[in-house]
Amino acid sequence: MSDVDVASGGSLPGFDGPDSSGHFGPYGGVFVGETLIGAVEELARVYERLAADEKFWEEFDYELKHYVGRPSPLYFAERLTAACGGARIYLKREDLNHTGAHKINNTIGQALLARHMGKTRIIAETGAGQHGVASATVAARLGLECHVYMGADDIVRQAPNVYRMKLLGANVVSVASGSRTLKDAMNEALRDWASNVDNTYYIIGTVAGPHPYPQLVRDFQCVIGREVRAQSLEQIGHLPGALVACVGGGSNAIGLFHPFLEDANVAMYGVEAAGKGLDTKDHAAPLCAGKPGVLHGNRTYLMTDAAGQIMETHSVSAGLDYPGVGPEHAWLKDLKRVNYVAATDKQAMAAFHQLTELEGIIPALESSHAVAYAARLAADMEFEQSLVINLSGRGDKDIETVARIEGIEL
Amino acid sequence: MSRIAQTVEGAREAGNKLLIPYLVAGDPDLASTLQLMHGLVGRGADIIELGIPFSDPSSDGPVIQRGVERALARGTCLQDVLDLVQEFRVKDAVTPIVLMGYLNPIEIMGYVQFVASACEAGVDGVLIVDMPPAESAELHGKLQAEGVDTIYLVAPTTSAARASAITSLSTGYLYYVSLKGVTGAALTDHQSVGEKIAALRGLTDLPIVIGFGIKDAESAQAMGKLADGVVIGSALVERIAKLPAHELQSSADLQHCTAEIAVVRDALNQIK
Repeated sequence: MSDVDVASGGSLPGFDGPDSSGHFGPYGGVFVGETLIGAVEELARVYERLAADEKFWEEFDYELKHYVGRPSPLYFAERLTAACGGARIYLKREDLNHTGAHKINNTIGQALLARHMGKTRIIAETGAGQHGVASATVAARLGLECHVYMGADDIVRQAPNVYRMKLLGANVVSVASGSRTLKDAMNEALRDWASNVDNTYYIIGTVAGPHPYPQLVRDFQCVIGREVRAQSLEQIGHLPGALVACVGGGSNAIGLFHPFLEDANVAMYGVEAAGKGLDTKDHAAPLCAGKPGVLHGNRTYLMTDAAGQIMETHSVSAGLDYPGVGPEHAWLKDLKRVNYVAATDKQAMAAFHQLTELEGIIPALESSHAVAYAARLAADMEFEQSLVINLSGRGDKDIETVARIEGIEL
Repeated sequence: MSRIAQTVEGAREAGNKLLIPYLVAGDPDLASTLQLMHGLVGRGADIIELGIPFSDPSSDGPVIQRGVERALARGTCLQDVLDLVQEFRVKDAVTPIVLMGYLNPIEIMGYVQFVASACEAGVDGVLIVDMPPAESAELHGKLQAEGVDTIYLVAPTTSAARASAITSLSTGYLYYVSLKGVTGAALTDHQSVGEKIAALRGLTDLPIVIGFGIKDAESAQAMGKLADGVVIGSALVERIAKLPAHELQSSADLQHCTAEIAVVRDALNQIK
């Protein structure tokens, strides 16, 4: 690797949210019931102390190297590049991490926080099951009790991940309220936290929720962008011209983008799930087609109707099927530092096949949204330019979904 | 003097405890809620807390969640709740109404329009569960300018310093959350509630009411002895859930739903 320091910790000048009250411009903040305020304030205090402690980051980096298997490669996708006929396309291989996605970077960090805080019980919410699996994994690794809240409908759709979590010793709790999906699982996790606040640590799976979650999840995920920086300089000789990542809650995207925010020549594209199209109601693209509101502890762009009710979302990818988005993304949208765009179910499915066939890499359906947009973007760029896609997860979990949609019986 | 202040003063002079029932507006439908509101006042309610239905009630337990789902199934929205208050005021110009809910419907309506409409409808107080003081300055200021109280929660997990800051902001009354958990959970630790209330007494002259986990005359009396009043929500919403036709069809239905409140009123009146 080059002389760029990829060790964790340290902060970035400028674009340096959140402020001392936990806000990214008008977004973020702490919008939770009074019962939880003490817990989030304690977390903010502990995190502030540990974030300034080199030993904490050494502990984190050790786990990333020896348990997660970092650094993940930056891979030149030669045949995809040729097929698109433009910029050289590189893939950041988060799919090669232990448990198959970027989610583990965050759960390792938060589980270490939980241990430092003396909490013995972990709770988490999950949609597709990836964050639930990553939470159950680190809970097993650190010997912590783990309860994962999951929408009743998602439990049916994601049976293999439910079994994985159970194998790992987690208790999977079915949530039958509301729309029976990720947002309802998050509501139920918040209720559990309020009821068991003394001994429980809530591992939120994305860069959303009350402060300090958007900050600390980002800090844990920034290892992605720091590695890409160093790898780009070493392998390409300069920084990439563009970065592309899918955005559900937005943790893999912010992890890639954040270490480049000060680099004016690096364009950034966050790709939301356009589902059946942004002109329909069946999508999950709050930044592209939503408006600011308050949900799950923070002010951010939301999928909300005219009466302020949270809308049910749709995406072929369960990991993007969430009505909110991290507040830092909301801020970066307003600041116009990041371009937020969208890819439809169909485009993502086509990209899923394209990458699999051209590179022998099966991407998660979430990451396929980034691949879909990046392929079009690359075509408009020159071969001298380079583009990095965050391949945030592998698609093994999605093959049944893809087969079902395409009418194939396994 | 505001309706809440008048009610509080009246109760103090008479040595009465405040009885504050909570209903989800629109559960099972808006016409029923209106009848229930008047019925509850007839049974001795001093103030009514009216829940604004929200799709993601993350501080509420299963009973109120289902009440909210029933209200949302009929499309009840914030504007309907404001219209309901206006309708209630036609027959009752005295009983204070406090809106309780989550912030997003108000954000989407816009603070200016919400405050103007609430004021015009005859709303007396607003309690937003997910809007702690650090995030409330703008809405609180606008409500205050129109003479509408902003009511805050204090929880068992609230630090002493924080409780002091909250009491200094509060108007109307202070709402003490009796337990670590969600609405409708089981209240077990009476002693710590007593200690917390005693500490809050040193910080404020506002009336302190206790809510979350009060389900019958016995628990109301126990908590009423410690504070100036009680909020009773899930127990009432549970009765509404069990209406045979899933709507208020007769005076017998109304009796069924409000009977427990009369019993609680009697229990509170025995405290003196």
